[in-house]
Amino acid sequence: MPLPLLLAAATPPLAGTAADWLWLLPVLPLAGFALNGLLSLAGAFHPGPADPSADGHGAADAHAGGEAHADEHHAPARHRFAGATSVIGPAVLIAAFGLAVAIWMAMRDAGEMSAPLVQTYFSWIPVGALHVDFAFQLDQLAMVMVLVVTGVGALIHVFSVGYMRDDPGYPRYFAYLNLFVAFMLVLVLGASYPVMFIGWEGVGLCSYLLIGFWFTDKANADAGKKAFIVNRIGDFGFLVAMFLLWANLHALDFVGVAAGAKGLAFGGALVTAICLFFFLGCTGKSAQIPLYVWLPDAMAGPTPVSALIHAATMVTAGVYLIARSGFLFAMAPVAGLTVAVTGAVTALFAATIGLAQWDIKKVLAYSTVSQLGFMFIAAGVGAYATGIFHLVTHAFFKGLLFLGSGSVIYAMHAAYHHTGKHDDAQDMRNMGGLRTALPWTFVLMWIATLAIAGVPLFAGFFSKDEILAKVLERTTDSTLASATWLGLPGEFVLRAVFILALAAALLTAVYMTRLMLFTFHGPNRTGEAERAQLHEAPWIMTGPLVVLGILSAFGGWLNVPDPLGALGPVHVLSHWLEPVTGAATAMVGAEHEALPATEWAMMGGAVLVALAGIAIAFWRFKPAALVPKALAKPATGFTNVLEHKYYVDEIYDRAIVEPIVDGSRDILWTGIDKGLIDGLFVNGSAFLARALGWVGSKLQTGQLGEYAWALALGVLAVLGALTLR
Amino acid sequence: MNPPGLFFQFHFYLFGLLAVGGSLLFVTRKSPVAAALWLVNVMFCISALFVMLDAPFIGAIQVLVYAGAIMVVFLFVVMLLNLGHPSEVADLRGRGTRITAGFVGLAMLAEVLVLMRVRIPAILPPAPPETNITSTIAAPLFREYLLPFELTSVLLLAAIVGAVVLAKRRV
Amino acid sequence: MVDVALFFSAVLFVIGVVGVLTRRNAILIFMCVELMLNAVNLSFIAFSRLYGMAGQVFVVFVMSVAAAEAAVGLAIVISIFRHYESVDLRNINLLKG
Repeated sequence: MPLPLLLAAATPPLAGTAADWLWLLPVLPLAGFALNGLLSLAGAFHPGPADPSADGHGAADAHAGGEAHADEHHAPARHRFAGATSVIGPAVLIAAFGLAVAIWMAMRDAGEMSAPLVQTYFSWIPVGALHVDFAFQLDQLAMVMVLVVTGVGALIHVFSVGYMRDDPGYPRYFAYLNLFVAFMLVLVLGASYPVMFIGWEGVGLCSYLLIGFWFTDKANADAGKKAFIVNRIGDFGFLVAMFLLWANLHALDFVGVAAGAKGLAFGGALVTAICLFFFLGCTGKSAQIPLYVWLPDAMAGPTPVSALIHAATMVTAGVYLIARSGFLFAMAPVAGLTVAVTGAVTALFAATIGLAQWDIKKVLAYSTVSQLGFMFIAAGVGAYATGIFHLVTHAFFKGLLFLGSGSVIYAMHAAYHHTGKHDDAQDMRNMGGLRTALPWTFVLMWIATLAIAGVPLFAGFFSKDEILAKVLERTTDSTLASATWLGLPGEFVLRAVFILALAAALLTAVYMTRLMLFTFHGPNRTGEAERAQLHEAPWIMTGPLVVLGILSAFGGWLNVPDPLGALGPVHVLSHWLEPVTGAATAMVGAEHEALPATEWAMMGGAVLVALAGIAIAFWRFKPAALVPKALAKPATGFTNVLEHKYYVDEIYDRAIVEPIVDGSRDILWTGIDKGLIDGLFVNGSAFLARALGWVGSKLQTGQLGEYAWALALGVLAVLGALTLR
Repeated sequence: MNPPGLFFQFHFYLFGLLAVGGSLLFVTRKSPVAAALWLVNVMFCISALFVMLDAPFIGAIQVLVYAGAIMVVFLFVVMLLNLGHPSEVADLRGRGTRITAGFVGLAMLAEVLVLMRVRIPAILPPAPPETNITSTIAAPLFREYLLPFELTSVLLLAAIVGAVVLAKRRV
Repeated sequence: MVDVALFFSAVLFVIGVVGVLTRRNAILIFMCVELMLNAVNLSFIAFSRLYGMAGQVFVVFVMSVAAAEAAVGLAIVISIFRHYESVDLRNINLLKG
């Protein structure tokens, strides 16, 4: 549907259907948050086993749950109300997912919507000319995101029931997780940028709360702080973009901005600035260069949190933002190229780091950063639907990878708990040969690995191939190709992006295969005593893995490309999203029919890259050559640089953090606060008062003669003033 | 009114200078009695100036009240307290103080003179009549200024009572 | 003549001020204050020569107030003398503090 028709009023066809209950979608997890929060607090007043939030001196471990005390002779401590929470937590999510499906079916039955359904609930900010309402907007894009969030979220909630079973902070965990889903739903359903920003900030808050869930360990608390602060830098960009929008377009809701955006100069400084500031927010939230540094540290949180927040949903908010703001980004080719280039560079950069990491979750974290880079490549070149497609498939296979790693870590922890060893349960050097102990996890994780590597016909193959195809398509006959980016012609930039993306895809296959090799293949390095204790996780945890495995395997059918039309209906997702993103995509570059030969060559090339990556990994990485972490020698040379993630954190520390801290301490605190305000104003005024008092007291001698002198001098002074006047 | 004649002017200046000279002597005497007597002299000269400024009644009561009553009271008290001998009371302050006071005085005088920007007309308005000089004072006193007059009498009463109470010997 | 009278009045007043500043005997300081009052009376009379009878009436008031003040002040001096056995101002410093 052409863009102008989107400006019509809310569509009647959806009235009276499940869409009337749209508001219930975030309210359900919010209610879950309230109930679980109450249970958590209620548990605190009947102090049972030490929950860190209850009395501050819990003994929870830094790593995965299942173990509440370092002392192996204590039984794990379940929270008093754990049973109720196990029901409430996942139930609200499953209910929300059910409602989402119902709404989706109503949307499907309603057919073509002429305009998005906007439901206004109350007037939020009525200040002068600025009038922001708290409203939700339901259109095809929001529907996709809602389904992903609630669906994958429900699965992860169920997984968490098993994973966090023996954690003393069990209800608090579910409270935070529910709150996160509530905020995420507000984010994707918001009808205007400010409402979206509520969700944006809220998920940042929940991310902080959940990363630092075991906050008694300072490293975890620091990781949470780092995530929040780095996010904040991005949020500044989001805010500035909103200010610019308001100042120039006097509209902040999507419908209004879309209308006003057409009046802006194409490729002008204003629209480019707005887009770049929004993108700054995206680099923060979606962990791109330069603000990605919080995501690897965020692995300090429980693994299901990493799966939900830092793989499937929160970090994809940036991609959603750009897809939502397609009408702006399509008008600013320079911004689009910036997004694409940043995405490509980040994808390759993170992939190289992932090659040298030993912690299984860190590998996955850098993999997430890399895959997000792919999504931004798609968003940058105007293929918004493709970006969302990769978002969806990524939620499937990355969620599966994280939950699978959670399964592995759970098994490792259980084994160590049994024997009382305190090694690193997340380091791959301590794993190996787990295929016999955890067969289900093994198979499912290989499915996810094949998906992420882009092996046909798994989900990742379709989405990644489409991204690469779109990039090539845009090198001819698009606004991006004709634009210049930092002096370079757009066409050249796009080709460079393509090559970087291809390299990143190759490395993706390599490091993921490396992960599988070191974890599941080869000899086991966990230790003689532990080996017998390694076993598969209970079904409550493996069940969601299976579901995600099926989705990772068959999720690609959401958007089958033309040459493979024999497999099923083509471009289902693209057509579904077309009313929202179609016009913007068309503005960037027309879809032209490529020769079938070119298409097959592209696909063949992508498959070749994936298989080559797997082969390289099998050739280069020998699990038999590994030693357990305790005995491992430190790395040397370039591998050492990769293992230390190019020392980016250290560089940021030296270049940015330390000057700020030192400047604050020396100038602002010592100089201004202590010296000027305390010293001069507060103490100084006290000193002045005392001095004046001292002078005054010296005048009160009681000597009348001196009083007469004072009188005479005073008269002299007054007369002097009069004469001089 | 015709400008004052030379005789008049000469005597005006004479009495003025006598007053100034007398006051200078007054402030520099060591003996209180001598100082008091020089002050009486000053008052007489001022009274003469009053008369020459066509205020004979005021001149008269200046002698009667000021020189004749107030200064007498002063002298009474001086004698009562046996302060007659100059040696008993080292009255004047140190040399530095006196010099500084002199400078302060000169400064003040300079300022006052600068501020005295009154324009005196060359031709003075007519003098009040020389007959019935009492009534010329009494008329405004008992008409426009009746209230201050009454208040002054209350003040005098208060002063009398106060003086008696304060000076009473504690029995 | 009026301006001359005013000049003399100013001089007498200043001499009175100097006297107050330089003397230590309470009674003599009082007498200097009387001198100042006289100087003021002179200036009143001088102005009354220009502007009417109000000046002279005011002088009457000044004189009566001066008389009252002298009476009370000297009574105070006497009672202080009884207490301190001297009228030296250096010893009278109850106003200290």
